[in-house]
Amino acid sequence: MKRKGLIRAAVLLSGVSAVTGCGNRNISVLKPAGPVGDSQMDLIRLSLVIMTLVVIVVSVLYIYAVVRFRERPGQKKEIPEQVEGSKKLELLWTIIPILLLVILGIPTVSTTFQLNKKPEPAESMRVNVTGYQYWWAFEYPDYGFETANEVHIPAGKKVEFIMTSHDVIHAFWVPSLGGKQDLSPGRINRLVLQADKPGIYEGRCTELCGAGHALMNFRVIVQQPEDFEAWVNRLKKPDSQPDNDTAAEGKKLFAQNCMGCHAIQGAGYKVLGQTGPELTGLSYRTRLAGVVNNTKEDLSRWITNPQRIKPGNHMPAFDHLTEKQRKALTEYLSGLK
Amino acid sequence: MGTLIILLVFVLFLAAIFTGGYNRRYLERARESWLWGWITTVDHKKIGIMYVTAGGLFFLIGGLEALLMRLQLMFPNNDFISGDIYNQLLSMHGTTMIFLVSLPLLFGLMNVVVPLQIGARDVAFPFLNALGFWLYFAGGLLLNLSWLFGGAPDAGWTNYATLALPEYSPGPGVNYYVMGLQITGIGTLMSGINFLVTIINMRTPGMTYLRMPLFTWSAFVASALILFTFPPLTAGLFMMMFDRLFGTHFFAVAGGGNVTIWQHIFWIFGHPEVYILVLPAFGVFSDVFSTFSRKRLFGYTSMVFALVAIGFLGFMVWVHHMFTVGLGPVANTIFAIATMAIAVPTGIKVFNWIFTMWGGRIRFSTPMLFANGFLVVFVMGGVTGVMLAVVPANFQFHDSYFVVAHFHYVLIGGTILGSFAGIYYWWPKMFGRMLSEQLGKWHFWPFYIGFHLTFFPQHWLGLYGMPRRVYTWMPGYDLELGNLLSSIGAILMTISLFFFLYNVIWSFTKGEKAGSDPWDGRTLEWTVSSPPPEYNFAQLPRVRGLDPLWVEKSAGNGEMQPAEPLGPIHMPNPNHLPFLMSLGFFISGFGFVFQSIQVGVLGLVLVVVTLFIRSFEEDHGYHIQPEELQTKGV
Repeated sequence: MKRKGLIRAAVLLSGVSAVTGCGNRNISVLKPAGPVGDSQMDLIRLSLVIMTLVVIVVSVLYIYAVVRFRERPGQKKEIPEQVEGSKKLELLWTIIPILLLVILGIPTVSTTFQLNKKPEPAESMRVNVTGYQYWWAFEYPDYGFETANEVHIPAGKKVEFIMTSHDVIHAFWVPSLGGKQDLSPGRINRLVLQADKPGIYEGRCTELCGAGHALMNFRVIVQQPEDFEAWVNRLKKPDSQPDNDTAAEGKKLFAQNCMGCHAIQGAGYKVLGQTGPELTGLSYRTRLAGVVNNTKEDLSRWITNPQRIKPGNHMPAFDHLTEKQRKALTEYLSGLK
Repeated sequence: MGTLIILLVFVLFLAAIFTGGYNRRYLERARESWLWGWITTVDHKKIGIMYVTAGGLFFLIGGLEALLMRLQLMFPNNDFISGDIYNQLLSMHGTTMIFLVSLPLLFGLMNVVVPLQIGARDVAFPFLNALGFWLYFAGGLLLNLSWLFGGAPDAGWTNYATLALPEYSPGPGVNYYVMGLQITGIGTLMSGINFLVTIINMRTPGMTYLRMPLFTWSAFVASALILFTFPPLTAGLFMMMFDRLFGTHFFAVAGGGNVTIWQHIFWIFGHPEVYILVLPAFGVFSDVFSTFSRKRLFGYTSMVFALVAIGFLGFMVWVHHMFTVGLGPVANTIFAIATMAIAVPTGIKVFNWIFTMWGGRIRFSTPMLFANGFLVVFVMGGVTGVMLAVVPANFQFHDSYFVVAHFHYVLIGGTILGSFAGIYYWWPKMFGRMLSEQLGKWHFWPFYIGFHLTFFPQHWLGLYGMPRRVYTWMPGYDLELGNLLSSIGAILMTISLFFFLYNVIWSFTKGEKAGSDPWDGRTLEWTVSSPPPEYNFAQLPRVRGLDPLWVEKSAGNGEMQPAEPLGPIHMPNPNHLPFLMSLGFFISGFGFVFQSIQVGVLGLVLVVVTLFIRSFEEDHGYHIQPEELQTKGV
C-alpha cells in the first residue's frame, strides 16, 4: 500500500501547489488586514494545528496497520487472534480528543464573546447596510448620506455595520477584514470590523439570493482618516450639476428614464428613487454594479443591456436610447462628484 | 370545462382499472409479466434492489448536474450556464443527492441485508416497506420532472425563505421541491418505522441487541433518527406549501412571518439527516473492516455506544449551520461545544476501525478498498468539521467553498464510498453473481483520485474568498488553478463511474456465480444461498454469539444450528396497492405543483380509496410447506 500513500501525497501536493501563496491580498482569509480577521485567523491556525496533529497520528497508525498486517502469500488460511478490544486504549482515544477539544473550545468561547462586544460609540463609526437583489446600500447615519456597492471606512477605526435586508437573505463577507453576517429581512444584525491599513478589500454576498448572487459583489475602501474625511465632506455636498451641454442633456434624460429608481442628491430632482442603487458621487466608485470597472464605455454597455453584465438584476434594458442620448447620459453620470 | 373532462376520463379510467372490467385478458397478461412481479412485490430483497437501482439512476442524474456545474466553473467568466439555470442545477444536485441518492442507496442495502443479518424472514411490515419505496420513487420522479415541466427548484437544497417564496421564486420550481420532498418524506418515515419494528421484534433466537452486527445497529439508530427528524421536515414543508400555494405568511416577512423559523426547522431536520446518511455507512464499513481483516470488530460495545452517542448528539447541534444568522454568542457557543463533542465518539470509531485491522490479515478486495479510502477521507472531512465548529472561524468559512469541500469529504467519503463498499460487498448476496475485482479497482482509483482532485483545492478556494453557490467567478483573485483542478477531478470521477456501469453489465453477463459465502463472512447473511430464497431461512438459525457464522466456523462445523423445527413458512402476498397509492400521491403532488386544487384533491381521493381497500382487504398471506422448500437445514 505504499503506492497509495504516494498517490495520496501527490494529491496533497497538487492541492497545495494549487494554492501557492495565500490568495489575493484583497480577498483572502489567510491574509487578514484587521484585528477581527486576525483573531479569526489565529483560531483557524490553532484548529488547523490541532487537526493536522490528529490527521498525522491517524495516518501513521493507519499506514502502519495496513502495511504491516496485509495478507501475504501463504497466509490465506491463517486466522488472526480475535481481540475483543482494549479498555486502556479506548479510554486513551476518548480522553485525548476531549483534551484537544478543551484546548480548542476555550479560545472559541472567549473569542466569540469578544467579537460580539459593542464598540464605544465615541471610538467607532456606524454604517447601515441593506441588502437588495443584487446590490448593497450603505448609509452613513452619522453623516447623513448614502452610497451603494462601495463602502468607504477610515483605517484604524472600529466600524459597526448594522445590517438588514430588503428582500431575501444575503450575507456580508469581507474575507480580508473578517466575516461574516447574514442580512435577513425583518431582522437587524451587527458586525464590527476594523481595517488596519488603507486598501481596497473585496466583499461578497455569500447567501444564495437569486440569479445574480454570484455577482453581488461590493468593495470596502479603506482610507487614511484625513482622506476619508475629505471623501465624506465631498459626498455631504455633492456636485451633481452638469459641466457641459452634453451632460445637461444627460441630466434631462436621467429625469425621464432613471429617476424613478435611482437617487442623485444635489441635482435638484424632486424624486429620489429608492429601488435602485444611489448614484450620488458616481465618479468616486471604482466599479459599476460591483462587476465592471467604472468607465464610460462600460457604463454605456450597462445602460444598454444590464442583463448581459449581471444576469438576473432588476434593471430593465434601456436599449431604446439613441447613441447620442446614451452618450449624454453617461457623460452626466460619470461626472457626478 | 377542460379540467372536468380530464377528471371524468380519469375517474372512468380508474373505475376500469379497479373493476378490471374493460379487458380481463389484458389484465391477466399484465399480471404474469415480470414487471408486475416487481411492482407488486413485498419481498424485502426485491425492494432493496429497487431502492439501489432507483438510487443509482438518480445518482447519474445528480452527477450529471454536478458535472455541468463544474464545467461552468472551470474557467473564469465562463458563460456555459449562468444565473437561474445554474441555481436550478445546484438546488437539484443537492436535493437529489441527499434525498434521492444517499438515503435510498442505504435503504436498499438495509432492506436487503438487515433482515438477513438478524435472521428474519422478512421485515415487520412488508406492505409498508413496498409503500415506502413507491412513495420515495413517486416523490423523486415528481421532483425530477420539474426539468421538463416548468423549471426546477432554484432556492438551494436548503430552500431558505424568503428566496423560496413565490415573490422571489415565481414559477412551479419550489412547488416541485415542496411536493416531491413531502411525498418522499412520507415514504422515508414509513421505512424508518418499519426498520425499527423489524429490528426490535424480529431477531432470531439468540440474536440479542449486543450481538447484532454493526450495520444492523447503524440501521437501527438511523431509523430512530428518521422517526424524530422527518416530522419537523414534514411540518416545515407544509408551512412552505401553504405559504406558496394558499398565501399564508409563515415565512413572508411582509405578512408578519419570520425567515429564521424556516432555517431552524430545516436544520432541526437537516443536521440529524446527515447523520442518518452517514451512520449506515459507518455500519457498512464496520462489517467490511471486520470481515476483510478476519478479525472481530475492535471494541464492539464502544462502537455501538459511539453510534448511539452520535445519533443523540446529532439532535442538538443544528445551530452550527446558522452561526451567522445572528442568534448571539450564547447560543452560538453552546452549539459549538455540542458540535465539537461529536468528534469524540467519531474519533473512537476511527481508532477502533484502525485497530480492527491491527493484527488482522487484511485482504484488499474491492469493498475493503472503498473502506480504506473512506477512512482517510472521512478523517479529513471530520477535522474540517471540528474547524467549522469554531464559531469565529466559522464566520470566515461559512457558505464559502471551504464548506463545500467539507461536506463533500464527509458525504462522498462517508455515504457514497460506503454505498459503493456495501454494493460491492453484498452484490453477490443480491444477485448471486460476483462483480469483477479488476474493474472494481478501475472504478475505485480514478474515483478516489478524482475525488481528492475535485474537493481538496476547494478548501483553499473558500479561504481565498470564493462563496459557494456562485455560477461564475472573476479572474485575478488566485482562483484559477483551484477551479481548473477541481473541474478536472470531476471529469475523472465521471469517467470512473463508467467502469462501475461496465462492471454491472459484466457481472450479469460473465460474472462468476457466487456461493453463499464468497468473502469468508462472519454474519448471518452469508449462511443463506446467494441470492437467498424468498423466505430467507428455512429454519430460523440459533445465534450463539457476536459474528454468529464466525462462531460456528471456529467452534462448530461452520453451519448454523436451527432454532426451530422445519415447518410451514408464512409469507405475505404481493400487493399492487402500494404502487396505486403512490400513484395517487404523485397525481396529487403534480396537481398542487401547478396549483390545480381539483387534480390535487383527485389524487388524494385515489389515496383514500386505496387506503380504504387496504383496510378492508382480507389478506392473510400464504404458507410455503416444508416439502416445497428448496433447501434443507438453515
